[in-house]
Amino acid sequence: MSRRAPAGLLLEVHGVSVRFGALIAVNRLSVAIGRGEIVAIIGPNGAGKTTLLNAISGFYHPYEGRIAFEGKDRTHLAPPDVAALGIARTFQNVALFKGMSVLDNIMTGRLLKMGGSFLLEALYWGPAKRQELEHRAFVERIIDFLEIQAIRKTPAGRLPYGLQKRVELARALAAEPKLLLLDEPMAGMNVEEKEDMCRFILDVNQELGTTIALIEHDMGVVMDISDRVVVLDYGRKIADGPPSEVRSDQAVLDAYLGVAHE
Amino acid sequence: MDAPAWSDGAQGLDHGLDTFPKLVRQNARRQPDKIAVREKDLGIWQSHTWAVYFEQARLIAQGLASLGFARGDRVAIIGDNRPQLYWAVMATQALGGVPVPIYQDSIEKEVEYIVDHSEARFAVVEDQEQVDKLLSVRERCRHLQHVIYDDPRGMRTYAEPGLTSLVELAEMGKKFELGHPTHFDDEVARGTADDVAIICYTSGTTGVPKGAMLSHRNLIVTARNAARFEGLRADEEILSYLPMAWVGDHIFSYAQAIIQGFAINCPESAATVLHDLREIAPTYFFGPPRIWESILTGVMVRVEDAARPKRAMVHFFLRLAQDIERRRLSRQPIPLWQRLLYPLGSLLVYGPLKDNLGFSRVRRAYTAGEAIGPEIFLFFRGLGVNVKQLYGMTEASVFVTIQRDGDVRLDTVGTPIDGVEIRISDEGEVLFRSPGVFQGYAKNPDATRQTLQDGWIRSGDAGFLDSDGHLKIVDRAKDVSRLADGTLFAPKFLENKLKFSPYVREAVCLGQGRPCVTAFVNIDLTAVGNWAERRNIAYTSYADLAQKGEVYELIQREVERVNRSLAEDEALRGVQIRRFLILHKELDPDDEEITRTRKVRRGYIAQKYAPLIDALYSGRDHVQVDAKVTYEDGRTGTMRADVQIRDVDAVPAQVAR
Repeated sequence: MSRRAPAGLLLEVHGVSVRFGALIAVNRLSVAIGRGEIVAIIGPNGAGKTTLLNAISGFYHPYEGRIAFEGKDRTHLAPPDVAALGIARTFQNVALFKGMSVLDNIMTGRLLKMGGSFLLEALYWGPAKRQELEHRAFVERIIDFLEIQAIRKTPAGRLPYGLQKRVELARALAAEPKLLLLDEPMAGMNVEEKEDMCRFILDVNQELGTTIALIEHDMGVVMDISDRVVVLDYGRKIADGPPSEVRSDQAVLDAYLGVAHE
Repeated sequence: MDAPAWSDGAQGLDHGLDTFPKLVRQNARRQPDKIAVREKDLGIWQSHTWAVYFEQARLIAQGLASLGFARGDRVAIIGDNRPQLYWAVMATQALGGVPVPIYQDSIEKEVEYIVDHSEARFAVVEDQEQVDKLLSVRERCRHLQHVIYDDPRGMRTYAEPGLTSLVELAEMGKKFELGHPTHFDDEVARGTADDVAIICYTSGTTGVPKGAMLSHRNLIVTARNAARFEGLRADEEILSYLPMAWVGDHIFSYAQAIIQGFAINCPESAATVLHDLREIAPTYFFGPPRIWESILTGVMVRVEDAARPKRAMVHFFLRLAQDIERRRLSRQPIPLWQRLLYPLGSLLVYGPLKDNLGFSRVRRAYTAGEAIGPEIFLFFRGLGVNVKQLYGMTEASVFVTIQRDGDVRLDTVGTPIDGVEIRISDEGEVLFRSPGVFQGYAKNPDATRQTLQDGWIRSGDAGFLDSDGHLKIVDRAKDVSRLADGTLFAPKFLENKLKFSPYVREAVCLGQGRPCVTAFVNIDLTAVGNWAERRNIAYTSYADLAQKGEVYELIQREVERVNRSLAEDEALRGVQIRRFLILHKELDPDDEEITRTRKVRRGYIAQKYAPLIDALYSGRDHVQVDAKVTYEDGRTGTMRADVQIRDVDAVPAQVAR
């Protein structure tokens, strides 16, 4: 039961396998994500959730299968090209530039949007200056959106973990993504931080219209905020549907509670 | 009741300028392009002129009128200091309504009480957080019909009836104006000086909140008298960071700003206040003691992090400045060497520090609400910040006494401003009357009768006037008591001494009818956390840090310092703190232990922590405690802790000097 009917497909993963030597991390997996959805990807450890995200964002290339974004085949693009298409992500372990200020960290999210000559940039003159100001204005809107005004000038490495996660989200948003991939956005957070993060994710989805795919272990969070839940186990999709259905799905219960696999 | 001296024509107000909407209109006509309010938004200070101020307030008023606003309607106003909310205050007054500001961090129960009690039909709030509170209390607040919000963020999916955004409201106002072109001006013209201008709910340290009603005349005359007393100018800059629900913010950021036509500055968020303070460098600043304390704590934490030579230099010059200031205030001669060194200190320490804190331009600053620790007061005055004490109450439209420039003392709160008369009752309670004396508590004649007697306000404070006419406050009248042996004991005085330590955030001293004085201490998490980190003491939470042996040693040294200073004075020797404990949780307004203005609610604490108090007066060295905590969403839970108790030796007279 989605809060709104997805207006067409944004991302299609079709029969994708990712192999590391003999290990098949993702096995002929097909997932479709509609525009404006929040899709949660869940599954036990080693189910292939992060690998799937890495395949979508171009870090890994599928061994077989096809990935289409906005109807065009994007199976073999490198990460920067994927990012240029409008797919941004955050990482399971925070990956910020620790010595740089929060503001500068978020500005790096705009890099793909910046053009112009090196010389003009260095001189901060003409179009380069105008462009810098526009990007800064955009970043300020994100800072306001995520309520991190007080830490604008703080080096990212000095922030507590929960805030670093939020800054990472800010950087991903700075790229104005159509699809946002969040790898465990709430791992290691306390209840209050989790509630804040949930609110931000919902706000991003509602206010900015961004489609979101997230990996998350906290089932309360997953059931609360997602329109649809995709369950992976041993690299295969074992369930796909609204939270209420997935919650009572026998295959899912087995995967989580454990049954003997032959 | 004899006619008070101020009721003659001298205090009469011109009917054309006897309400705040009329005064704003005049500002918009006389100085349309002068900046009235700034707000930091998206990292940049955005400015609005008086013309914009008036126009925006007019649009909001017309929008409210289109919703059927009637004269006398109450409007709850909840949110951080935002230009739009100040405009909503004026809009409400323009239509003959009464704004009722509510503390923005109030939990649902508190919002419900005030919205219901004030019979508010409208609410103008900042954002989703406040909307959620109102929606969940709405069915129990019969009168509440319309909730208007400023920030549309997160509001997209709300379909509840009666929700309107300020932008929509302004549009409705424009349409309304087409059909009713003179409505706004007519309503403004109907307003008179004796209309109720605002109801400020005061939490008080006992009982339910009481809504003090202040008229336009109360506020205009008092604000004007205080401005004249202090020589305020039209080019003042003020940082509007204290809750709008507190009468002080209403006087400084609304009444005086409108009357003098100076600019107010709204910080970006509650977390950026100290940073915004530096950017604005206000000329006129108000902070309750806790703000001055936290600024001082911030400075001291950073000083301790500095390299040893720098640290030594800063400490030397700060001691010098405080020493000079102490002599100056007690009118003692200042030695030549100190006079010669002070300019060097200005160059190396005081100037840069003031600039860093945002006090480089401040002409007058105030502290009030509670007594300020003398060391804190001397610290800022020593730097050259003209901070002064004032004494005021919501029921008096704030100003009762102010310390005049050049007549600042450590231990008084100054002399009465124009129009204020002070009398001390036979029981030693401070009584006063003034043009600012309120119109009574809303729907609470009993409380009004208790406070307002024959035109005089009973302040509830014990105090006296000294030979120079300065008012000196001892403590809350009901808090002053005696130990078992008859020694006079004013808990606030001891608590303030303890709180001067950067490591002590809050303290509660006990001793009424007991053999000796004992204390509950709340450590300052920032300062003690920093101290612990530098000593490689690991901790997980406030409760964990509070019970560390090392932290107890630290606080014990602070208590001993207080005892040494008490031992110097014969009258105070008997009230040295003999035992103390560090509370396992921070005193919190959500738990009703302190008020939202951070006044200790002794009665409630005595009841809630009775087992701890018993333990303090038994021989035990630790005690088990279960405590009820209220989370921010109003839910409650319990936590269990093992709290240690320490003995402190009394300092005999001869050791202290």
